[in-house]
Amino acid sequence: MPPTAPVLEARSISKSFPGVRALDGVSLTVLPGRAHALIGENGAGKSTLIKILTGVYQLDEGTLLHRGEQVAFTEPRAAQSAGISTIYQELDLVPLQSAARNLYLGREPRTRIGLVDFKKMRRDARALLADYGIDADVDAPLASLGLGTQQMISVARAVALDANVVIMDEPTSSLEAREVETLFAIIERLKAAGVAIVYVSHRLDELYRVCEDVTVLRDGKMVHTGLMADLPRLQLVATMLGRELLEQTRRERAEGEGPDPDAEPVLDVRGISRRNLLHDVSFQVRPGEVVGLGGLLGAGRSETGMAVLGAQEIDSGEVVVAGRPVRRNSPAAAIEAGVAMLPEDRKLAGILPSMSIRDNIALAALPRLSRLGLVSDKRIDEIVAQFMKQLSIRATGPAQKVGTLSGGNQQKVMLARWLCLNPKVLILDEPTRGIDVGAKAEVRATIDELAAQGLAVVLVSSEAEELVDESDRIVVLKEGRVIDELTDDHVTERHLMQAIAGETDEAEQTPAADEQTPTPDEQTPAPDEQHEGGADDE
Amino acid sequence: MSEAVATSAPTWDRARVLRWTRDNGVYAALVLLLLYNLFFTPRFMTWSNLEVQLTLSTRVIVVALGMAMVIGTGGIDLSVGAVMALAGGLLVQFSGVNGYVAIALVLVGGALVGALNGVLVGYIGVQPIVATLAFLFAGRSIAQLLLAGKNPSVSDPVVLGVAGNKPLGIDGLIWAALAAIAIVAFLMRRSTYGRRLLAIGDNSRASFLSGVPVAPTLVLVYVASGVLAAWAGVMDTSSITSANALSSGLNYELFAITAVVVGGTPLTGGRVRVLATVAGAILMQLLRSTLIFHSATDAISQMITAVVIVVAVYIQRVRKRA
Repeated sequence: MPPTAPVLEARSISKSFPGVRALDGVSLTVLPGRAHALIGENGAGKSTLIKILTGVYQLDEGTLLHRGEQVAFTEPRAAQSAGISTIYQELDLVPLQSAARNLYLGREPRTRIGLVDFKKMRRDARALLADYGIDADVDAPLASLGLGTQQMISVARAVALDANVVIMDEPTSSLEAREVETLFAIIERLKAAGVAIVYVSHRLDELYRVCEDVTVLRDGKMVHTGLMADLPRLQLVATMLGRELLEQTRRERAEGEGPDPDAEPVLDVRGISRRNLLHDVSFQVRPGEVVGLGGLLGAGRSETGMAVLGAQEIDSGEVVVAGRPVRRNSPAAAIEAGVAMLPEDRKLAGILPSMSIRDNIALAALPRLSRLGLVSDKRIDEIVAQFMKQLSIRATGPAQKVGTLSGGNQQKVMLARWLCLNPKVLILDEPTRGIDVGAKAEVRATIDELAAQGLAVVLVSSEAEELVDESDRIVVLKEGRVIDELTDDHVTERHLMQAIAGETDEAEQTPAADEQTPTPDEQTPAPDEQHEGGADDE
Repeated sequence: MSEAVATSAPTWDRARVLRWTRDNGVYAALVLLLLYNLFFTPRFMTWSNLEVQLTLSTRVIVVALGMAMVIGTGGIDLSVGAVMALAGGLLVQFSGVNGYVAIALVLVGGALVGALNGVLVGYIGVQPIVATLAFLFAGRSIAQLLLAGKNPSVSDPVVLGVAGNKPLGIDGLIWAALAAIAIVAFLMRRSTYGRRLLAIGDNSRASFLSGVPVAPTLVLVYVASGVLAAWAGVMDTSSITSANALSSGLNYELFAITAVVVGGTPLTGGRVRVLATVAGAILMQLLRSTLIFHSATDAISQMITAVVIVVAVYIQRVRKRA
């Protein structure tokens, strides 16, 4: 393709939030008539970049060029009137108004005397939707339509707004397979009309199918940009997860270290399923074993952890701890059975920010520290003192509010909350995210120590290096299914990347089977990426 | 890890002053108001007047204790005033039975209303303000139906004794409020339930994931609020010796919320200040009667109440940023 002038160009953009440098000198060049894949794991800075491109955030440093001219979008409306549309969040849509009104919001056709021409609006809306193969009642309130249809209407609106750049953030996460095809057809039409697409997704198949260009972000920095065709899948996954060399292998285990291979599994997950989220997920963990859950964002790793804790509802399957099935959908029952979990989002799902270290540690253990409904403060104080020392929690004292602690110390308080229960199974969801290097090493050392003491550990981590280093085995998930299990010598970054990228080993490769699947996207896509995608950068 | 140490050096900077005001403001305001009255309001600072003032604030205190617990979970209970009226109606219904049994049944009635509110909030996920608004209207209507538009007087000696007896020479209503304060303070300080209530208010999701029975605890919080409101209704009926569906407990939900807010309990949940709530209720009562002593009109009186609330909320707001 001949080089054309970029329609939208970000040059060395930086953006900081209190305590975080979300973007650090990131550049992005979006060419007309092409789709540009913008990829990266959680916290890579995708959302921040998009919000700057669309006027939601203001950049701290760098320049933004639109059609060769420097621009500063001070609000979403400014970006929109310049022709930059987003369909990631229906920011400007009104859920209770009809589809037709939403399509023409803010630019309604007028009659001669200046009133809204509803007749023309509905006629045009119907024509527009029919043109794109979207089957929807234009009079129905937007909120009453399916999520997929809403999203298609959002796309149609972007097109109707004469957009020159359309940003799509995980556009297929709530679409059915048939709708995905419709969307791709629309994207091709947009490209043919010279519109530039910025496409954010974790579905590699889609990226290779739709996009010509690619930019990879990691930890707020741009780590790769170029042609999609020049970046092999394995390389893409490696770049995204930050491991170009793929040299990390499982940490050497000392003699006698590691799980007893003959021990009965203490955690036995048997075929748990949840509509659109998890499909027949099974795995076992023995005492002293660390099993990693690998996969990309939205693969169902956190959901699996939550299901074991009983906080993610499941439709079928069961979780067996120490030989006994755990009552479904009840965290209290799972905790009683010996399950403990450090959730991914510490702020949202972990800490009680305005309560003391003491109250935070004692929370899960309250039933055990109480008699006849009354708390024994003496026993709480003993346990709190013991764990604050054992995990070296740095604070002014047990009365300090957890919200005022550093991330690493908050994480240690969370660990103490669970360890004081003497659990059998510990699920760690991104235990080292957002904490400093020193605290990271401490948390990792603690994981090793706990496993050595016979705890069964399930580790979810987006850091391939950490996952490979810590795990005895890795269960690889993709779109809610277990697609691979890495054991022994296969617990390496290379094997992990290959499994995630969907590349099988040389020996096992069956080229015929590969060619028979021209559209690898035929399964119903899981909508689970929605909330995870939304939590990006927060 | 310097951020681990949160307490700054003991200098009297702005943030520190505001924090002190937030924690002790209600007591300071109470002292200031009493000092003012000592010098500028004749006949105010006498034992008999102060006892009257305390007695007048007891019903709001009892209702506000329940409200503080609900607010501690991040909720609100608008049904309390109506529950007070309903309690009066029920007391009349039970006039044939033993007075103790009648009072117990009325408290059970308050518990049932609270359970209904709690199920709506905890299990069905209705917003607290909406869930309890329904009973704000329904409760008073039921009381009206029970009383058939009359204001029957109450004659049971046990019921009348709640306000009428004066153990140790102190008004019965004060004892009735002290009992409620003691129970709530004990629950909040010592019970598992109190800890869980606060945990839910601070972070409901985290509490759920830590095995806290969130929905049952919420039900029990609204039950507590309902029982306390019913107790306040018994106190009210005993004090005026008759039941009145229209006036008993009217606007008490607002008085209670005011007392809680003025006492410095954050509306966002996670904290319940029991004694400060009591102080808040007394402060508002004293403020009102001080204004009456100085012949202020009702309009002026309400304006000043509004100012106090705004100041209390402003101090709360600072807390979040500090």
